[in-house]
Amino acid sequence: MANQVGNYSLFIALIASIFLIFQSYRLTRNSSKNLDSKIFSVLSVQSLMVLISFISLVFAFIVSDFSNKTVYNNSHTTKPLFYKISGTWGNHEGSLLLWLLVLTFFLFIFLINSKNLPKKYRLLTLTFQEVIIFGFLLFILFTSNPFINLFPIPKEGTGLNPILQDPALALHPPILYIGYVGTSIIFSASLAALVCGNVNKVWASHIKKWIIISWIFLTIGIMLGSIWAYYELGWGGFWFWDPVENVSLMPWFCLTALLHTIVVLEKRNTFKSWTIILSITTFSLSMSGTFLVRSGILNSIHTFANDPSRGVFILCFLFFLIFLAIIIFFIYQKNISNSSIRTYLISKETAMLVNNWFMMFFLSVVLIGTVYPILLEVINGSKISIGPPFYQKLILPFLIPFLLFMAIGPNLKWVKDHINKIKLEQPIFLFISILISYLFTTSYGVSYLFSVPMFGLGFFLFFLTIRDFFSGKSTLSQKIAHFGFSLFILSILFNGVLAKEYSSNMKVGDERKFMNKIIKFENLKITQELNYQSLTGEFNISDDRGNLNLKPEIRIYNQPKTLTSEADIISTIYSDNFLVFNVLKDDGYYNVRYQHKPLMIWIWLSVILIFVGGILGYFKKK
Amino acid sequence: MKKFKLFIIIIGFSLILVNNLRAQDTDQVNKISKNLRCLICQGQSVYDSQSDFAISMKTLIQKKIDEGKTENEIYEFLTKKYGDWIIYDPELNKNTFLLWLLPLILFVFGGILIIRKVSIK
Amino acid sequence: MIKNIKFIIIILFGLFLFLVFLKGLDKPNSYSPNSILNQIETKLTARTLYKNKEISLGELIDKNNFSLINVWASWCLPCRNEHSYLINLQKINNINIIGINYKDKEINAKKFLKDLGNPYSEILIDPDGTISIELGAYGVPETYLVNRKTNEVIKKFIGPLDDLKFKEIVKIVNNEKI
Repeated sequence: MANQVGNYSLFIALIASIFLIFQSYRLTRNSSKNLDSKIFSVLSVQSLMVLISFISLVFAFIVSDFSNKTVYNNSHTTKPLFYKISGTWGNHEGSLLLWLLVLTFFLFIFLINSKNLPKKYRLLTLTFQEVIIFGFLLFILFTSNPFINLFPIPKEGTGLNPILQDPALALHPPILYIGYVGTSIIFSASLAALVCGNVNKVWASHIKKWIIISWIFLTIGIMLGSIWAYYELGWGGFWFWDPVENVSLMPWFCLTALLHTIVVLEKRNTFKSWTIILSITTFSLSMSGTFLVRSGILNSIHTFANDPSRGVFILCFLFFLIFLAIIIFFIYQKNISNSSIRTYLISKETAMLVNNWFMMFFLSVVLIGTVYPILLEVINGSKISIGPPFYQKLILPFLIPFLLFMAIGPNLKWVKDHINKIKLEQPIFLFISILISYLFTTSYGVSYLFSVPMFGLGFFLFFLTIRDFFSGKSTLSQKIAHFGFSLFILSILFNGVLAKEYSSNMKVGDERKFMNKIIKFENLKITQELNYQSLTGEFNISDDRGNLNLKPEIRIYNQPKTLTSEADIISTIYSDNFLVFNVLKDDGYYNVRYQHKPLMIWIWLSVILIFVGGILGYFKKK
Repeated sequence: MKKFKLFIIIIGFSLILVNNLRAQDTDQVNKISKNLRCLICQGQSVYDSQSDFAISMKTLIQKKIDEGKTENEIYEFLTKKYGDWIIYDPELNKNTFLLWLLPLILFVFGGILIIRKVSIK
Repeated sequence: MIKNIKFIIIILFGLFLFLVFLKGLDKPNSYSPNSILNQIETKLTARTLYKNKEISLGELIDKNNFSLINVWASWCLPCRNEHSYLINLQKINNINIIGINYKDKEINAKKFLKDLGNPYSEILIDPDGTISIELGAYGVPETYLVNRKTNEVIKKFIGPLDDLKFKEIVKIVNNEKI
């Protein structure tokens, strides 16, 4: 029953989409001032239909309706209710439906919130956005329909991949999608603004809200994914430069660049074409992300089951949108008069450009690193791996000038500033920072390449952003976000340099010495949970400062039968103690891995600071 | 006053250049195995994996180090056996020069664009 | 004019990417190691399972015929299934088969051979798996067909032997004889 409801409501939404594309385009020629009320009602119907179909899928998951193929493939009656619900978007079909849901609702909100803008602009945004919705509807209905009937009805489902049964990962996809889908609004709105020729200050301050919203959700989404990888994948790292992770990072770089450029457009009415190009690129990257993850073209831990026909569809749709955007850009570029506003070397505008410059560089490194192996394999058949060392080698050296510009840039004035006005305190801060960094690296024997300037400029940015709280000229949101970023860089650097780890094969009762600590494997408990069996190891780690009890788990899930290792982590503001153990083939012995990770929690806290800065920016009064 | 500023800046940057040599990792095996793809796992390094393959690989690396092989000799040996795919850090050759150079070319190109956009005076 | 050239270049580049991705979709995602063939390290030495002496791989390779190197273990289930193929290859086609016993207990290995038969001319034991890695193995079971003259691996078979792989081995061996 739910299947039929879901399916038909998607078809109604498809028809509504076709109607809206033609009607809204036709109405752009109409001279009446108000939006046709018909448009609004059709759009409401469409949103409602998508909502109904989404709810019916959630419902099918909750009641474990195995006549639905998606439910059968991804759920099980013994699963806790929370994961039954999150299972809705833990699979390919459901996640696309969620994407579509956010897409229609964002469009709805956009139209409500843009009442004071020109009618033509709103209608065109609607047209472009409906083209995207139409494409997704076709994709869902014809290649990944979540409402396929199964007959005879199976008694039991096959279960959700246990490593996905996790609170952070239950929330990660919806939040990330809101970020991705937000970029679609930016895309449509930029094209519409380009066609109407109203890329100006008013438009900038209106679209800025959308940029900030997308940016906030994308940031939180990436962070949740990273936290999940930290404690669930059990290797103790938080970023693996895995292609699927990179795919979420690419639009983030672009969006961050856009976030800065749009401020310039808002204040100085310049960099118009560049803003449009960035908007188009951001959305293209979000879509490419979907393509790369969904098509199975990548080799990664996260990829969903793949199906070539889906890949071909998304690829064609993706390039259709990109070409459409490029063609519109070249036709209407003359619409946006690039006013003769000059940009001076020492000015905030240039600082923003420098930010964009580095963002685009980081983006290109990640993009090329992710896509290059695919291209190379197709072109001459050789297969290479690109992993962390590649990204580190290309990104780290460029962070040094980046941090320097980031520290100095925000204090420059708009239009024109003077180099002479750079106060004495900046070189002094720089000197102190380098000195601290030099003392630190020598006393701890850190000898990585560029470690002295890296730490030095990390500290420099840290000091300057703190000072800016008292005297800076920029907004509070910018101060918090930049301060958060300096904290982020410093905690990553310290964490990377000071982290220690120990790995050994142990059986119950064993003791091992590591640095000044004693690791003891005290006990092993076996318990039966609802949908898994659990082996809990009880470890005690003691040193002269105290005792820690860590209880990592190995879970043996029954549906589908899978082993997962759940690390136990004790976090304090100074450091994380991370312990995970794995079954070895030989009976009685377990591979135990202990990691001491200084300042780990500050990585998450600093990211929280960064997006709190974004939230403040959103609510800032004009 | 101006000279003093300049002086501090120069000292700062000369300290930057005091750059130590490359890391002498205490644990060579860890360092090498972090740079190797576990070929039978999904997206894990040999270091992170507990599979038989990865464990044997780590033992072998230890043996090679004891024999006095350098890091590069070990990589060379492994790529001969398993292909370039095993190494996470692709070396610069005719297959990968674009990979390494393209980002840098784009960076220079971006710099030129900015210089052209900005008026110096 | 310049605008048009830019436009054309971007579109062409886009088309190029599109075609490459389209082609990339057809590529199988599994890694096929067939492209990497190499010389067998004849200098590799190890203890044998029965004789308790060190012997080098070079000595074991048949100078007059093809050799098969088979990596196996008693704890590996697929090895059990492929074992009859090995016995046939040895009995019917008279191929020299060298066993590499991967990360196994000697008692279990001997029992395995007692139960299922011993097709190997000699078995080298590899308790820590390093010899298999030196041979370029990914896991068990794996089989390499080695050319007698050049000591080159002609073909690598990853995973258990089956009818298809069996026929392929027989075909290569027979062709060479004529």
